[in-house]
Amino acid sequence: MSPYLLEAYIVLVGLVILMLEAFVPALRKEHLGVFAIGGLVFGLVLLFVAKAPAHPEGNVEMARFYAFDSQAIFYKGLALVCTILVLLLAIDYRAILAKFTENPGSEEGTGEYYALPIFACAGMMWMASAQDLVSIFVALELVTITFYILVAYMRRNVGSLEAGVKYLILGALSTGFLVYGIAWIYGTTGTTDLSLMAERLQALPSATPALFGLALLLLALAFKIGAVPMQLWIPDVYQGAPTPTTAFLSVGSKAAGFIITLRILKPFMDRESVPEIAQHTTFILLVLCGLTILYGNLAAIPQTNFKRLLAYSSIAHAGFILLAVTAWGKGSETTLSTPQAVGFYLATYLIMTIGIFFALVTIRNATGSEEIAAFDGLGKRSPALALAITVLLSALAGLPLTAGFYGKFFAFRLAIDADLWFGVGLAFIGVAAGFYYYLKVIRAMYWRTSDDTSPIAISPIARYAIGTLTILTIILGFWPNPILWLLGA
Amino acid sequence: MLAFLILLPLCAAIAILGGFSARGTAVLATGANLVLGLILAALWSNNPDIGSLSLQVLDKPAIHLSLGLFDGMSVTMMLLSVIVAFAAIFSGKCPAGSEKLWYVSCLLIAAGAIGAFLSTDLFFFYAFHELALIPTFLMIGMLGTGDRKEAAWKITIYLAFGSIILLAGLLWLVSASGANSFQFDVLLAAGTIPEPAQHGIAALLLVGFGTLVSLFPFHSWAAPAYASAPAPVSMLHAGVLKKFGLFGLLRLYPMVSEGIQSWVPLLVILLLGNILWVGMVTINQKRLDSMLGNSSVMHMGYIFLAFAALAESGGANDIALPAAVVLMFAHGISIAMLFALSDRIQQATGTLELRELGGLAKAAPRLAFLFGLAAMASIGLPGLANFAGEIMVFLSGFRHWTPAYDLPLGQNFTAVQLGTICALWGLVISAVYMLRAYRQTFQGKPVPATDNAKDLSCCERMPAVILAIALLVVGLYPNSILNFINPPERPSAPLSQSDN
Repeated sequence: MSPYLLEAYIVLVGLVILMLEAFVPALRKEHLGVFAIGGLVFGLVLLFVAKAPAHPEGNVEMARFYAFDSQAIFYKGLALVCTILVLLLAIDYRAILAKFTENPGSEEGTGEYYALPIFACAGMMWMASAQDLVSIFVALELVTITFYILVAYMRRNVGSLEAGVKYLILGALSTGFLVYGIAWIYGTTGTTDLSLMAERLQALPSATPALFGLALLLLALAFKIGAVPMQLWIPDVYQGAPTPTTAFLSVGSKAAGFIITLRILKPFMDRESVPEIAQHTTFILLVLCGLTILYGNLAAIPQTNFKRLLAYSSIAHAGFILLAVTAWGKGSETTLSTPQAVGFYLATYLIMTIGIFFALVTIRNATGSEEIAAFDGLGKRSPALALAITVLLSALAGLPLTAGFYGKFFAFRLAIDADLWFGVGLAFIGVAAGFYYYLKVIRAMYWRTSDDTSPIAISPIARYAIGTLTILTIILGFWPNPILWLLGA
Repeated sequence: MLAFLILLPLCAAIAILGGFSARGTAVLATGANLVLGLILAALWSNNPDIGSLSLQVLDKPAIHLSLGLFDGMSVTMMLLSVIVAFAAIFSGKCPAGSEKLWYVSCLLIAAGAIGAFLSTDLFFFYAFHELALIPTFLMIGMLGTGDRKEAAWKITIYLAFGSIILLAGLLWLVSASGANSFQFDVLLAAGTIPEPAQHGIAALLLVGFGTLVSLFPFHSWAAPAYASAPAPVSMLHAGVLKKFGLFGLLRLYPMVSEGIQSWVPLLVILLLGNILWVGMVTINQKRLDSMLGNSSVMHMGYIFLAFAALAESGGANDIALPAAVVLMFAHGISIAMLFALSDRIQQATGTLELRELGGLAKAAPRLAFLFGLAAMASIGLPGLANFAGEIMVFLSGFRHWTPAYDLPLGQNFTAVQLGTICALWGLVISAVYMLRAYRQTFQGKPVPATDNAKDLSCCERMPAVILAIALLVVGLYPNSILNFINPPERPSAPLSQSDN
């Protein structure tokens, strides 16, 4: 099967869901979600069947825009898994979504909430394959525009609406930077094809215009991955958006942002052919990564709202991943390459973060609050849920024997091998701060008491999802090889 | 075989979560562990590879889940862990309604500690210790007494930061050594690390491991945490888990010997802070449990003294390492016994305030005898294990020392020797606080709190008796442990076998 059909199939699934929503009003909305999940699971199967065309000459124009290498497959799989989990989360969240419809309590008009993530997923899958600045732009806009709607989906809720406006304004701004940056790069190198970029950069008389263009591109990418200096939207948007959207933003959108970051940076970080440009780029990245780590981790410390805490933690994780990007190791017999380390980090980050969001939705359903105080006494109320949250938070903090440790470990290892002592030093400060704020939640669960001591009701979906993701976190903490095999390491 | 030592407590923990009787399962698992540990230790001298296991879990960089009795130090610490774990689980009195949490946490701490001492891969060595810390924090915060939340938060923050600093040091160490493996034998056989890097790594390791062992001035988490913690957690942490830091320093020392050598004078000052400063603080304590907590911090100073003697000599000091290991074992056993018995005193009288106690020996003579024995051991009375350790520590300070009478007195001594002379006063200090506490608690006229106190029942005596036997065996025949460390017949140490 030709890989181009993959995204077409996913878009088709999304359209079918939309049509069902429009023309079969009697259908219950969670069934739409189940259909959507079924469609995506089949997409996941297709992903393994799809093969790169044997004769790319047959479709030269398409092949120029579209890569189908192991990296692309990995990120497509990541996008599909993430979307499936987000749809499950959305089914769990539907009671809260229904509160903000025209007739509060009914599910009228919530059907698109199961179709839109599929379009975003198709966009992310295109992003995974995009290897030309033009196709990167188109795919990225498909994702971003879908997210404008998803963020403001509860439009009768002031928080969600405010989040939508903020996301729209900053998103539009970053799109502006992206287009402007592409224009500069095209102007200096004469191509938008990233595979030709390396030799064109080598031939440049002066690197300054290309670096200026790259700086603009980095601003736009920083918006997608949630790094300094475009991180300001994250806390407010995460807090205001419906929780499944937040989870999707924090994992799917970030992962897609990182794959295009890796593709765009590859010609610029080639230390052999363009040493000067690589040196400047490393410096810019090091500054961004250091500031991102510090901002995310330090600003997370005083938070009292759990969703905001996760927002800052997502900035912090972007910083740690950027550390691996800055180091830009090519990989060898004994070390991982940067794309492998980044892919591993994102895969484990997906498992831990989505697990935590499932727990958050469960808590929100039971207590109506997303404050850290809502976790008080959870150790007594629902010991199993509290244990799972403890494992997941420890993993996010990077405790050994959990999946989260290896991600940081690989990133630090790359940075140490690249002699980025400044970045490593800041990263250790960040990890130390991370222990503090994640443990604050664990402390609330076990050391505080709440007035309400009834057990928390956990829906079957959440129970299986949290259980599976927690066990995966532990297994990968002992044995991380499966993900590395997928990454071709 | 060795994997069973870790799997037994882990499986028991899972079984308890699955509904098995909590106390029965936990005691059974740790009891089986104790027997298995003794057998393995007995067989080890003939077969040093006994039960070792190695699974590669990661290719780049190579990380192995490898367990083994690396050398005599590992054997000793493994023995200490299984003995104290059994005693802690057997002696703990769990508040009604939290049996699952209580025993599962204790089993996890035990499994983590045993795993750390058995790991022959640096990565899992570190990871198992972290595994043991989390339940420690939770237990203190949830089931502790007194100012438990404050104490638990303090120990959490201190140890988390210490672990991070340690991790930085370990990663740097591995990276600088150029080895593509975390296994101890590969690391120790790897080339020497350049000297400038050694200074930095040594500093990070000293601060990181030092925080975990409550080296002055990073010690202030220890006493409040031990005072508030449930007795088994104090026993396991003060007795076993805390030794992780010293164990790590002694294990990795050959890789950074030059780096640590340059820090020895500072280390001597810090360890004197442990012995003298914290010793004075201990004298001033008004509660038995916080006195014990402080005394445990103080005694770490002696073990650091042995380490300093080893480091100052550049590794040539042949009794410093055995001294440190014997004292680690002895202190672990004696402090665990003291915490277990002070928990009994709390249950018998309802208080641990020294001024509210008195004359307990009349109502509870067996308790008084056993506590007295442990207290004497802690002071360093000959015949008990701590004496063997402490005398070797002091001797190691003056190993290969020849007085040069033509020099002024001050130049006759190195930093460690001056430190040893000052540290001797610690014996006086510990005698003062221990004997005072004993007199306040057990002697004099009975007061209302102690008048009708119940003595130890036969079953309650058992853990203390096991610990007392260990103290006596090592005290009367120190070779029982020293033979592990300096095997009389085996010509080659495990280190030199690693080249293949």
